[in-house]
Amino acid sequence: MTELRWNPEVCAACETVDCLAKCQYVRYSPEQAHGERDRLIRGEETAILKDCVTCYACEEYCPHHNHPFYLIVERQEELGIHPVPKPIEKSQVLMMGPKGRIVPEAVRAPVINLCYFPMMKGAIRGRLLGDASVIVGSDIFCNLMFLHFARNSTIRERLPLMMRNIMTHYLTPAGVDELVCYHDECYGTYTSWAPAFGIDVPFRPVHLFDFLNRRLGAHAGEIKPLGLKAAYQRPCSNRLCPETDVLVDAIFEKIGVERTGREFDHGNALCCGGVMEAQQRFDLAESNRERNIADMKASGATVAAFNCPFCFFTLAEKAAQAGLMPVMMSDLCHMALGD
Amino acid sequence: MKHEELLHRCFRCGWCKMPLNYTDFNCPSYLQYRFESFTAGGRMWLIRAWQQGEIPAGERLAQILFTCVTCKNCVQTCAMAGIREQLVDIFMAAKGELAERGLVPPPVRDYLKAMQTHGNPYKRPDAERARWAEGLDLPRYSGQAYLFYVGDEGAFDELGIGMARSVARLLGEAGVDFGILAEAETSDGNDVRAAGEETLARALAEKLTGKLNDLGVKKVVTLSPHAFNIMKTDYPAWGGAFVVKHWTQVISRRLRALAPAGTALKVAFHDPCYLGRWQGEYEAPRALLKAVPGLALLEMPRNRQNALCCGGGGGNFFTDILGHGGDQAARVRVREAVETGADVLAAACPLCLKMLDDAVKAEGLDDRLAVRDLATLLLAER
Amino acid sequence: MNDIHDELVRIVGAAYVSRAEEELYIYGRDQGVQPPGRPDYVVLPVTTEEVRRIVLVAGENGVPIVPMGGGLVLSGLSVPLKGGIVLDMKRMNRILEVNEFSHYCVVEAGTSQGALQAYLARRHPSLKHSVPDAPPVATIAGNVAIHGSGHLSQSEGGFHSEMVTGLEVVLPTGEVCRLGSCSTVDKWFSRAPLPDLAGLFLGWNGTTGVITKVGLKLFPSFPLKDVLMFMTEDIDAVPEVIARIVSTEMGEDINFFVTPKPAYFDGFQMTNVHVVARTPREMKLKQALVRESVQPYLDRKEAGFLPLPAHMKGNLLAAPQKSLSEFADIRKGGGFEYVGSIMPVEGIPGAYRAGLGIADRNGVTYSMGARVVGRGHAVMFYYAFPFNRSDGDEVHRVRHALEEANRAALDLGGIPWKTEVAGQRMILARMDPATVALMERLRALLDPHGIMNPGNWEVAP
Repeated sequence: MTELRWNPEVCAACETVDCLAKCQYVRYSPEQAHGERDRLIRGEETAILKDCVTCYACEEYCPHHNHPFYLIVERQEELGIHPVPKPIEKSQVLMMGPKGRIVPEAVRAPVINLCYFPMMKGAIRGRLLGDASVIVGSDIFCNLMFLHFARNSTIRERLPLMMRNIMTHYLTPAGVDELVCYHDECYGTYTSWAPAFGIDVPFRPVHLFDFLNRRLGAHAGEIKPLGLKAAYQRPCSNRLCPETDVLVDAIFEKIGVERTGREFDHGNALCCGGVMEAQQRFDLAESNRERNIADMKASGATVAAFNCPFCFFTLAEKAAQAGLMPVMMSDLCHMALGD
Repeated sequence: MKHEELLHRCFRCGWCKMPLNYTDFNCPSYLQYRFESFTAGGRMWLIRAWQQGEIPAGERLAQILFTCVTCKNCVQTCAMAGIREQLVDIFMAAKGELAERGLVPPPVRDYLKAMQTHGNPYKRPDAERARWAEGLDLPRYSGQAYLFYVGDEGAFDELGIGMARSVARLLGEAGVDFGILAEAETSDGNDVRAAGEETLARALAEKLTGKLNDLGVKKVVTLSPHAFNIMKTDYPAWGGAFVVKHWTQVISRRLRALAPAGTALKVAFHDPCYLGRWQGEYEAPRALLKAVPGLALLEMPRNRQNALCCGGGGGNFFTDILGHGGDQAARVRVREAVETGADVLAAACPLCLKMLDDAVKAEGLDDRLAVRDLATLLLAER
Repeated sequence: MNDIHDELVRIVGAAYVSRAEEELYIYGRDQGVQPPGRPDYVVLPVTTEEVRRIVLVAGENGVPIVPMGGGLVLSGLSVPLKGGIVLDMKRMNRILEVNEFSHYCVVEAGTSQGALQAYLARRHPSLKHSVPDAPPVATIAGNVAIHGSGHLSQSEGGFHSEMVTGLEVVLPTGEVCRLGSCSTVDKWFSRAPLPDLAGLFLGWNGTTGVITKVGLKLFPSFPLKDVLMFMTEDIDAVPEVIARIVSTEMGEDINFFVTPKPAYFDGFQMTNVHVVARTPREMKLKQALVRESVQPYLDRKEAGFLPLPAHMKGNLLAAPQKSLSEFADIRKGGGFEYVGSIMPVEGIPGAYRAGLGIADRNGVTYSMGARVVGRGHAVMFYYAFPFNRSDGDEVHRVRHALEEANRAALDLGGIPWKTEVAGQRMILARMDPATVALMERLRALLDPHGIMNPGNWEVAP
């Protein structure tokens, strides 16, 4: 069984305990944080295991890349702690499980992985993405969402099969070794979670932003700058690949969009709150969402830009009610080309 | 029979009788006859019973089937995803099966005979197809951007002729490059097919497409939504792949050229089934009305997808098989229009135009509501 | 039975009488699994006077009358058991009055649910009526006459029969009677304080007379709507969950359901709580109160509210829900029928377990659930079985399953609702003999010729 590769001694020696100190959703004193850290190392029940909203941020906060969030998830599972009510958790495990309905299809580069978001197929169009082959469905789905359900075990169990399916049915026959990940979560699975658990990834994952950025460069002459001010909703899963956040700026620069100066952006981004609702923490979800939208508004934005479909489903309506046009990053890029 | 395997999947739940917004019953035959047998669900069960030998095919069954005006309200609201798209096809197929057994109601038989013998339901000679354009100096088709096709009603029906003339003028003023066929026109076949005569419809279609192909026609703009429908959807499989538009779609892209003046008219628009539910076009005609300054477009409660058919489809315009009476769809429709407070009920289809015009007179409402074709209305408001 | 065709034609006109094979076929069957009947005539009256004359002619000639609304009862109650006239009431569909202050409407019996709903939405948008989940062509009178229930039954006072403020009926002997306040004053606002005669026509399956007009309570219509879906995995927890949520009085419609498909719902229970409000603040408060009422379950992570993105709620927020009709095609055969067991809330786990056994033993698939009626005063628990109507064996198995469900309902302390003859006889067999005798006396009194939907509610010979 694949083990989490983390160094308990690094955690034990950590003075700042940034993972907990910087957390936006708990208020531990330094003493409390140290205590939490100690109990986490020892695998004992401790407050953070129930307080955690599973926003992934501490993966980014940890200066030692020692995977504090993945550790929390491990401990939750070991101790039988369920962040989300059990019937919902079990139902999701069933709903999102591989259906064995994979349809082998000839693909060619670039191949875009749409995860389990078939409703996003409409985004793969135009000069930027229209030539891409798309793979989507339960049989290639990264399953990383189960981090929110304290189920590293489900990811461990399914990910090797998913990767095998991707290779066997799509990439290997096509001689393609690169996979563009539309969603940060997929990208994070293959660049952060898999290495953290010692799982080899047989292809090179490419972040959508990387791909879009290069493509926009190639079509530079056809871009009509949008002249928009966008509040960017940084998704939780981007915490697993923070080095890609600068690509948002690169993309925006090319398409004439200003990334408004928000309080809750970059390292300080707020979770959309979708999972807080799943955890039945409705007041928190709501206050969180209100702060988020208010901040978007206050930054002078007229557009709310999303990269995560789940963030979009959770926030789009409220953003629109606040006068911000909700739009996906890929659509902003299409708009700049008039596609 | 075509789609026989679907007949047992109708639950007879009755959703087919209503529009999406439940305003009132929306199936013209049910509105008129009120027996459950005259609904889409009734037809499905009766066709199945007939196919299984539980009931014999007779005059009543023929009446029930041939009174389907193919308005597609049932297709739109049917709750069963497995059968809804095929409903009207099933009824047309059943009509064809009855025809093969000689069980066609006399009015329908006469209509089809006229189509067979004369090539049009008015039993007029082909030469008269040129009459509608007299005095308008319209060029024959010889390679222009569009062929303007007026069809049987545009050639032979008085109101249809008026509409065809107005549309021709509008097209001209909008700068559309078009030609006409005049006496060389032949019937498009849509309503023959709706009456269950697939073979004859196809023969008519192939005759027309042969003609159009010989002339090198690439784009067609039609007067009637009926022609628009069959040419757009079915002609490609029958040898005629043209770009087909309804005249409202062509004019709505050239509104600036019309330069309408102001008006205080209150107008209700009647969505024709073959433009609306059959082809999904609801906005082009409205764009024309909205372009007239001061014109108030008053929507009837049953508008767009919920429109109540005028009852002229399925060949009924020619066969009159549904008959008349207070619950006749067109009469119910004009009463609905009057209730909006509109002065004018505008029609974009020559069949709707006549059905509604007759209905207004039958209702004694002609002092309260004028039925006008949309093109003539627009010309008058310049 | 005498041939009264010509007399019927004289009353309603030739266009509205049929004895054609096609109509006799259609009106001799409904969508369920009951064996077909066969009327002799189908008649479509348009006025109370026409109904009165038809009833008199039928009575004089010993011709049975079966009143019919939408014909969607599924258990064959509007299909004649002994021939006669099917009286299709749907031409009588005028909406006669809406009283905005006293919140009632008066409609002719054949008015459809959909037409009333659309009419109110357009002309009186501050008001609505309780809509059953039947297709919108179901009629107001048909639904109240079978003690239907709907989306306001939990919050606004129970069965739709309890929302009736008055009736106009034609007795089997031809008299036209007004029942309720409308009998004495010209408003239809209440049945009390008069002796309640309306009860003689509600739940009797058309065996005591023909309803020609209905006075119906209306309720405030709120602009904001939302639905909360509460998921449990322990059927025994469901009555308590429902009791807690009901006690907040914040929910409008409360429905519980289980379904074996899709697989990710199998083994779980969903309780949907509809919440309506005038303002966002009110909505927030109501939702908070509903959630708080089940807080112990949330704390223990035993159950929770499913996060539902806005675009997935559309279907659930529709009233009536079209998806319920779509259930008929699960077996690709356009059919389903259900047993509705009217029973106390605490019976849900037992009913559910019985249903699993019934489905299993009969090799049929199922859907089960319950709508709360009144403030937890009862539930309408349904055992629904879809079938392929071209598969005779499956139809037979479903018929058997429904029979078992009727028996199970009674064994578990419930009463089968709007049930077919076999179910009626089960009920009568268990009913207090004095009650049975009273029913028989009343029927004999009201219908001396025995013409009203004969064969129904009769003790087995």
